[in-house]
Amino acid sequence: MSGRPKTPQASKTAIWNDPTFRAITFQVLASVAIIWFFWVIFDNTLTNMHNRGITTGFGFLNNTAGFGILMSLIDYDETYTYGRTFFVGLLNTLLVSFLGVICATVIGFIVGVARLSNNWLIGKMAAVYVESLRNVPLLLQIFFWNFAVIQPLLPSPKQSYALADMFFLNNRGAYLPKPHFDDRIWLAVVSIFVAIAAIIYMTKWARRRQEETGQPFHTFWAGLGILLGIPAVIYWISGVEFTVDYPVLTGFNMRGGTEIIPELLSLTLALSTYTASFIAEIVRSGILGISHGQTEAARALGLNHGYTLRLVVIPQAMRIIIPPLTSQYLNLVKNSSLATTIGYPDLVGVFMGTTLNQTGQAVEIVGMTLAVYLTISLVISAFMNWWNKHMALVER
Amino acid sequence: MKKSITVFGVMAVSMIAATAQAGTLEDVKARGSLSCGVNTGVPGFSQPDEKNNWTGLDVDTCRAVAAAVLGDANKVSFKPLTTKERFTALQSGEIDVLARNTTWTQTRDTSLGLNFVGVNYYDGQGFLAHKALGVMSAKELDGASVCIQAGTTTELNLADYFRLHGMKYSSVVFDTPEQTREGFESGRCDIFTSDQSQLYAIRSKMADPASAVVLPEVISKEPLGPVVRQGDDAWFNIVKWTLFAQIEAEELGISSANVDDLKANTNNPGIKRILGTEDNAGERLGLSADWAYNAIKQVGNYGEMFERNVGPNTPLAISRGLNAQWNNGGILYAPPLR
Repeated sequence: MSGRPKTPQASKTAIWNDPTFRAITFQVLASVAIIWFFWVIFDNTLTNMHNRGITTGFGFLNNTAGFGILMSLIDYDETYTYGRTFFVGLLNTLLVSFLGVICATVIGFIVGVARLSNNWLIGKMAAVYVESLRNVPLLLQIFFWNFAVIQPLLPSPKQSYALADMFFLNNRGAYLPKPHFDDRIWLAVVSIFVAIAAIIYMTKWARRRQEETGQPFHTFWAGLGILLGIPAVIYWISGVEFTVDYPVLTGFNMRGGTEIIPELLSLTLALSTYTASFIAEIVRSGILGISHGQTEAARALGLNHGYTLRLVVIPQAMRIIIPPLTSQYLNLVKNSSLATTIGYPDLVGVFMGTTLNQTGQAVEIVGMTLAVYLTISLVISAFMNWWNKHMALVER
Repeated sequence: MKKSITVFGVMAVSMIAATAQAGTLEDVKARGSLSCGVNTGVPGFSQPDEKNNWTGLDVDTCRAVAAAVLGDANKVSFKPLTTKERFTALQSGEIDVLARNTTWTQTRDTSLGLNFVGVNYYDGQGFLAHKALGVMSAKELDGASVCIQAGTTTELNLADYFRLHGMKYSSVVFDTPEQTREGFESGRCDIFTSDQSQLYAIRSKMADPASAVVLPEVISKEPLGPVVRQGDDAWFNIVKWTLFAQIEAEELGISSANVDDLKANTNNPGIKRILGTEDNAGERLGLSADWAYNAIKQVGNYGEMFERNVGPNTPLAISRGLNAQWNNGGILYAPPLR
């Protein structure tokens, strides 16, 4: 009836004309070639290193380091191992990346929204900020913040700025009193997590209640009260005792207390202002990408400019903003490796710098550092992709 | 299909070719120039001027090797290297010899696949302090902040010294000598520590050299010398004996000024052996007979190298000290060239 010629079932074409067979064969061949390629490189490197008498292997991670590190979030001195220096550097990198990401996002959103402001002056200032900081190399900006701003502004230790004789500020760092708690502090720490869980539950409950009955709930203030109140009550009930370690000027520098080095501050400032200039443009493009009809409809409902932006435009713009934002976060993490130029002890400076030079095992150390940066980047992009899916439009 | 077979075939052949190793001497002669790794910029040791002409003690050491091997001290290409790259550049074959004020230590001699050929400068680590601190000795440095360059023996010696004397310190670590000096000058640290020769060089580059004082203590031994790869004994011998020839030349009184005259007229057998008119020291190394003559004529003996780069008439104004000849109060001692 249809006039279509029937495909003869019995005739078989030659196997090498079968598309499926060809596809499978070429894929297998390509995989084999790639695996062979990497195996050859790996084997070649190991053989050459062995022939030239260069030691290989990761045994060096158990040797004593023998050098000091300026700042460490965990216990460290010269008698610890090279493996320990890896973790010290890693934690420093994660710290500056974390602070940088938060600051950059906040500044970037503010500047991005400011660029679209109706106020001519604010809009132009934001534009100048973006254009100037985007175009100056980051290394120069880091030098600027460290050597031209932070260092000259701060006095030498003998002339430190002091506040109530407990807080000091000089060009070696900011010094705060350090409280030492006894063991019962873990109760208060656990209570913080309990408080956070309570806040999440309360937010969900409040949103559901608002959708059902239309009654708003002062989620923010209640949440703040819970976060501060529950740990404070637990702390007071458990009767924790503490002693305080005050910083004191001894000889050349302050001793005691918690020290926050100025390099951390200048690196965070440089990284966040630089990345914020890119994030501002991403935010601006996201907002402009939302059809103007949304804004008009929101205004027609009586929402003012702030509510329109916060409740209508930006939640939709997030879908456009999140993928490029991920790239900027990854850039910030990788750019933090410029810390070595100002003396901040990050992973590259401590592990790929000092440890590499003392042990000479470049291949292993560089490999480990690359793996770390790759892992950090993959974790960040996995999280951001999950968040993007969370934000995605559910198509009807 | 044919194309991929050719591609695989070429890859296989290149793998075989890559593993065959020619000696460094043949490579240098074939290339026609010596590839020398030096510091990015330390006055007196290796420093480029505004026209990219390199001068310094390490630079002259390399030029002497080029003169001995290729007959021309100018056939050298200099690669500035930071402390992070210096050993990998030599291990990978990017440079033929590393003359970068590198301290001879057991770790570096054994675990890197490299050999130190000798010492071209006996140095020690010292401290540079701001004069305003009023510090007279290194033992008063408890709690100080120290500016230091990354990945050097300096970091380890500093830690050892302070641990030994029960003192505390905090180290601010930079990548290059220039950044370290900036950190010290800006007041970020109280002390700058490095080899004594570098202290004088760095102080001469400061905006106000009189504001810093070199403390008297020398806290370590830092024998600085050229480095080559392991497994290439012929090249190792060449670089080693070029350095010894220059030291021996100073002991025998041969200088670039009188070398021609001595070559023609001397009857001192020691001088004749060095300059190649007697014996065949050059042939034993695989070089021409006037290997040492070229090195001395074009670069000078050790004393001339020292005077020209770090001697009393230069901004560094370092006295010979340990770097004088063994029969003149120092420890420079070349084995006999015979």
